[in-house]
Amino acid sequence: MTEENAGGVAKKFLYVNRRAPYGSIYALESLEVVLIGAAFEQDVSLAFLGDGVYQLTKGQDTKGLEVKNFSPTFRALEDYDVTKLYVEKEALEARGLSEADLVVPVEVVSTERMAEIMEEQDVILSF
Amino acid sequence: MKLSLLVNEGPYTHEASDTAFQFAKAALAKGHEIFRVFFYHDGVNNGTRLTVPPQDDRNIVKRWSELAAQHKLDLVVCIAAAQRRGIMDAAEAKRHGKDANNIAPGFRVSGLGQLIEAGIQADRLVVFGD
Repeated sequence: MTEENAGGVAKKFLYVNRRAPYGSIYALESLEVVLIGAAFEQDVSLAFLGDGVYQLTKGQDTKGLEVKNFSPTFRALEDYDVTKLYVEKEALEARGLSEADLVVPVEVVSTERMAEIMEEQDVILSF
Repeated sequence: MKLSLLVNEGPYTHEASDTAFQFAKAALAKGHEIFRVFFYHDGVNNGTRLTVPPQDDRNIVKRWSELAAQHKLDLVVCIAAAQRRGIMDAAEAKRHGKDANNIAPGFRVSGLGQLIEAGIQADRLVVFGD
């Protein structure tokens, strides 16, 4: 069985990113799942809540941390047909951020709308 | 119901692995099917046979191995996450020139595709993490 045909009918997958990009490995390893998962031709969305919104911010400099800055990878998601990125409005505002501070185009949604988006999914992977 | 589990935390530090185990046991007792248990992030540390907890404590790794043997569970540790954290089977150890392997009985090492497939094939994918 190849990875591409392992599934059959497409399901709605949502990756929920709740954590800052550095300080723990969750964000990086979440992105690794998204990239592998893209090969399965499912209906994929990403959500960024809380400190997870920092994953998308421009101008990340990780030299002092001696870890890889993986934020450019978000710009490559489009090549994998992963284009639905939802960012929690309240999380951005609480951190003094706006859509202009992010490395990729996103859809900014309220917490209430985010709950509806989650309700629509078949599989939610929370990192 | 056909279930898949994702375990994102290692043993002992966080309760996630304990909760996942108790959930798996209870689900099986109720007659549900478990398609796969996938271990990711530090969750891969549930798959080392070298843990030696105190005698009066639960043996989390052994418990998973025994449950797998009883119910023919498919316990999969993510290969990329496992490589970072030094969890490997004999083939991986050989491939990377390591002098030992540590995978526990009932576990196997495979790719993240197995997690996506677990999500596709199961009626519910239940995530246990921090």
